Amino acid sequence: MDLFEYQGKQYFARYHIPVSPGGVADTVDEAVKVADQSGYPVVVKAQVQVGGRGKAGGIKLAKDAAEARYYADQILGMDIKGHTVHRVWVERASDIAEEYYASFTLDRAAKRYLGMLSAQGGVEIEAVAEKDPSAIALIYIDPTVGLSEAQCREWVAAAKLNPKATEGAVAILLKLYTCFTQGDADLVEINPLILTPDGSVHALDAKVTLDDDAAYRHPEWEEFRAMQQANLQGREKLAKEKGLQYVGLDGSVGIIANGAGLAMSTCDTVNQVGGRPANFLDIGGGANADVVANALTVISTDPNVRSIFINIFGGVTRCDEVARGILEGMERVKLTVPVVVRLDGTNSAEGRAIIDERVNAQLIRKNTMLEAAQTAVALAKGN
Amino acid sequence: MAIFVNENTKVVVQGLTGDQGRFYGLRNRAYGTQVVAGTNPKKAGTDVEGIPIFAGVKDAVEKAGANASFIIVPASVAPAAILESAAAGIELIVCVTEHIPMHEQARIFNTLKRDYPKVQLIGPNCSGILSAGKCNIGFTPAEVSTPGNVGVVSRSGTLAYQSVYELTQQGMGLSTCVGIGGDPVPGTSFIDCLKAFAEDPETHGVIMIGEIGGTAEEQAAEFIAANMRHKPVVSYIAGVTAPPGKKMGHAGAIVSGNKGTAQAKMDALRAAGASVALNPTELGVLMAKALGK
Repeated sequence: MDLFEYQGKQYFARYHIPVSPGGVADTVDEAVKVADQSGYPVVVKAQVQVGGRGKAGGIKLAKDAAEARYYADQILGMDIKGHTVHRVWVERASDIAEEYYASFTLDRAAKRYLGMLSAQGGVEIEAVAEKDPSAIALIYIDPTVGLSEAQCREWVAAAKLNPKATEGAVAILLKLYTCFTQGDADLVEINPLILTPDGSVHALDAKVTLDDDAAYRHPEWEEFRAMQQANLQGREKLAKEKGLQYVGLDGSVGIIANGAGLAMSTCDTVNQVGGRPANFLDIGGGANADVVANALTVISTDPNVRSIFINIFGGVTRCDEVARGILEGMERVKLTVPVVVRLDGTNSAEGRAIIDERVNAQLIRKNTMLEAAQTAVALAKGN
Repeated sequence: MAIFVNENTKVVVQGLTGDQGRFYGLRNRAYGTQVVAGTNPKKAGTDVEGIPIFAGVKDAVEKAGANASFIIVPASVAPAAILESAAAGIELIVCVTEHIPMHEQARIFNTLKRDYPKVQLIGPNCSGILSAGKCNIGFTPAEVSTPGNVGVVSRSGTLAYQSVYELTQQGMGLSTCVGIGGDPVPGTSFIDCLKAFAEDPETHGVIMIGEIGGTAEEQAAEFIAANMRHKPVVSYIAGVTAPPGKKMGHAGAIVSGNKGTAQAKMDALRAAGASVALNPTELGVLMAKALGK
């Protein structure tokens, strides 16, 4: 789960990572109130999960209440790359002497944690890495040992930050590491981490990705989840409510498959034969009538879908059971587009026979994944 | 031969008394796997269809001779179950449990490496391991396989089954199929499996199925270039059409920026001398060609 900036800052605050005084607002009046409390000048920041907020006019500096009102009014309701702004974060503007970058994540190749720290913050770290990799100080941390203060100090020295920032940076990085591990985050990133003219160090932005698998031991995440859910739109929301693994794509062939690998592979195969997948949808192992009906319901609300490809490899799930699930699921959902089914694996002969009894213009069965993909693509193109 | 497991493997199922554990444990036994024990501290002394239940893995090792474990318990207790097996002297642990937090996975991996370097952990969140005709631990539907000389290693379970089926369709058989799982910190890597297949006289060729995210396939490509010249490797990568920044079902399957794309992985594998199939059906076709069948 990717947190919004304001949620990231709230999460940082739990781990005593200093951020600018500020607060979140859903209305113009609230925004002005937060601005008054924070002290002018303030920055009004659109809360959307998409890059390039600043360029789109979603981040503005306001020197007094009138300006705060003007900008909050402008930003709330604004559309930034298809994301409507429902909330703003308002915080006191900081004097910036220097901008740094700091993050912790898992290095999947090394199977250890990786900390990155750079004196060149405020810009995309990928750009820094490309231009001047030596400008990023890396530290690999054994998860069973953790990050000691001495190691952290060496790391900060290696990053060549302004000596004035050393103590502040060491303190923040140790807290950020705790936030990363105890906070069950996949990623914590501060960009920029700033040094102010008076020598203090604090986080001006917050990027936090929480590990959904750890939700069971973080009841405090509930409000984050509720907010994320509220921000989901259309089919993604419907799919989530029905407990399906769904990712919307922009093509015309609806995809239903069992298993994440096979679902990805099905999208690819449709693409390979000249079509475009409308979605990724994994119904998992138990493809019973309820699950199939739910999947068809979600896909049938996509106006771009011209055909649906159900691709099942019966492993432990038996194909005959799946075939019955498909027929029953199709009875429950009114479909206006044709469905192409491919069944392979355990009890495939029985499963195919069940489908074959009911084959018509709306329900087509093919023997292989490739043939089924070609048929679904041809139907989507109106052939 | 075959790799990691064979007809002498004796399995203790941690979670045998649960619904899922019972279903798959008995299914594995029905295939011919020696399932010698289950564990449950509250049900020690009972049995599941004749399989004795012990309080813990230590008893299963001492009293039933278990030398491998199959972990099928909830995510919140799976890390402790893995360490229990390792501490009891088990050297092959198959953990199918999904949704174990990333930080737990990282801690478990590094703890095993430091304290129990001989342990081979397969998973978590994997489909398991099947040595055709000898031993099946986990979810793999062994019915679609026949014993033979092709090894399979895959992140995805369903694509592993699919490829085993494609082999059967082409008249080829399977030595061992390892599902290494789609999580960020798998206990067993592609390279661990490739290394074992390279040394296994019964394995004549290897199918490797990867997917988007991470750099495991690129690392495997380096290994293939240096060490697999004597055995053909046929590969397939899922997720060509996956948009950046979206998790495609598996926790590990995500393209971030321009890292972890399917194209980069396919290029690396081709450069290493592996054949790259563009869909699962081609896996079987290309392997048949490589082995002259």
